[in-house]
Amino acid sequence: MHIHDIYAVHSTYREDMKIRGYTFGQGDKSACVVGALRGNEIQQMYVCSQLIRALKELENNNCICAGKQIQVIPVVNSYSVNVGRRFFGVDGGDLNRIFPGNSYGEQDRRIAHALMEDMGSYTYGIQFASFYMDGEFMPHVRMMETGYQNASLANLFGLPYVVIHKPAPIDTGTLNYNWQDADTAAFSLFTRTNWEIDERSAGQAVAAVLRFLKRMGIIRYDSHSGYISHVLYEQDLSDVHAGRAGIFRGLVRPGDDVRYGRPLAEIIDPQEGTVRETISAPTDGIVFFAHTKALINQGDIVYRLVHRLHE
Amino acid sequence: MIETIVSLELPVGEHLAIRRNRLCYKEDIKSLGRVAIVSGTHGDELEGQYICYEVARRISRNPENLAGVVDIYPALNPLGVDLASKVLPVTGMDMNRMFPGDREGSAMERIAAAVVDDLIGTDLCIDVHSSDIFVQEIPQVRLNEEFAGRMLPFAKLMNVDVIWMNATATVHEATLAHSLNIMGVPTMVVELGQGNSIHMTYGNQVVDGIFNVMHEMGIWTGEVRPTQQPAISSDGKVEFIRSETDGIFLPRSKHNHFVNVGEPIGEIVDPMTGQLKSRITAGRDGLLFTLRNYPVVYEGDLLARILTGIM
Repeated sequence: MHIHDIYAVHSTYREDMKIRGYTFGQGDKSACVVGALRGNEIQQMYVCSQLIRALKELENNNCICAGKQIQVIPVVNSYSVNVGRRFFGVDGGDLNRIFPGNSYGEQDRRIAHALMEDMGSYTYGIQFASFYMDGEFMPHVRMMETGYQNASLANLFGLPYVVIHKPAPIDTGTLNYNWQDADTAAFSLFTRTNWEIDERSAGQAVAAVLRFLKRMGIIRYDSHSGYISHVLYEQDLSDVHAGRAGIFRGLVRPGDDVRYGRPLAEIIDPQEGTVRETISAPTDGIVFFAHTKALINQGDIVYRLVHRLHE
Repeated sequence: MIETIVSLELPVGEHLAIRRNRLCYKEDIKSLGRVAIVSGTHGDELEGQYICYEVARRISRNPENLAGVVDIYPALNPLGVDLASKVLPVTGMDMNRMFPGDREGSAMERIAAAVVDDLIGTDLCIDVHSSDIFVQEIPQVRLNEEFAGRMLPFAKLMNVDVIWMNATATVHEATLAHSLNIMGVPTMVVELGQGNSIHMTYGNQVVDGIFNVMHEMGIWTGEVRPTQQPAISSDGKVEFIRSETDGIFLPRSKHNHFVNVGEPIGEIVDPMTGQLKSRITAGRDGLLFTLRNYPVVYEGDLLARILTGIM
């Protein structure tokens, strides 16, 4: 294992924020894995740390294939991790919205530029990402429909789902989009949580990356074959909205099989304790995303269902 | 007439409501010209609060001079204005990266879509922004070059000091201005002053410009005050001065005046050691139209901008 500094942010009042890359093997830049771009991506950082641990062991056992190099960057935005903030710096920039960055602009753009300079030439790019809504997901691989996406490759992670997302204007600044633009086959992996550690899905994510690396001939590793992924387009997910605001009492979780009309959640009056609304399933399907915070606003998405799919 | 254009229930005894004040004293509204003044997308940018107030005040003092419709939206992000938060509270999202929104999306995407729906049909939308909390700006119109041909005649009437074409992210994709222009609603971004404050002199200057534009459009028949010709620039004529080190920035120049090459702009100092870390001077002759006021700087932070080629 070799550790190198990709970029350092200097502050008058804090120690330097060093972005570190951990590399394994030597040769072609084969695969790069990135963890916490945002300060709330604790699970993502944890998954990368466990991946580093596994790769270190594989390297010690000569299981990195000759001529292949893997890099893992467990955390980019450690300044925000350490103070419990999601975004970077005093102006709150989202590091996953300013790629490819530049070398002469604001600090966040310089970070993005330095990362792209370092990671842009890898064949495969894997980002442990987070969604803009708080909640739990079914573990899945997300790809942007840029014309360069390859769902067949995404299948090789062996996670239950591959989601293809049509990019909106706001997505053009993401790492995934810009990796693809730089001819890197890019995948965003989502596990269940962000702020909290979910050991089960973290272990599943580490296994998925090792499975992928094995299938691409980058490591020698015996692993379970995983799932034959169900590929779906994001627009085909059925969104279930809250009709009222209040305290959210979820009755189902990601992965649950639900039937049309079955209660999914209750919205509770926060002062009188009565049920303001019972939210019912608009279709048969599997819960793909679930809101998990205690409070809910009217109109928020409480669940996303994989339409008419059963376990 | 004050109307609520979209309202969503919050968990405890409150609604998030976007409100519009429609000023019109004529019948048959659909046949009349319509101007919209929009502000408060970023909750820490308060210059628009004074501009909205002053436009409404001047119209209400001489309602007989209003020959069209003026719609005033002081706060598209009312919770953000209340909390002096640039972003949407709770989600931490930048509302001005969410347009045109999504009628079927999350609560905030629905709000963005409702705002856009309400503005469709407007003959001119003026999106008022302050600078951020870090730098001070003179009154300026920012145009995306893609729409400059259509918008420049309006912008020249706005009594601003500068028209900056193809400027910063405020005119880029996913912003309100860009989304409305794409949909055929002529929209320009006005930027002035600094975050978390109101500069009434600048505000009055812009309000004079708004009445000038409305006069040209036949919406305001009353007298208008003399207005100035703006300097018109493209990005190539703007020199950015950025910090090359961290520390405390001390300005050594006045905002909004002409500087010559070599003239001091400011210093970056180390408060611990008393040492000068960097001396910043003007690299070109021109108008110092942006100057940093917020002292703490990182490498890459914007310190000043000079508009060249106008002396």
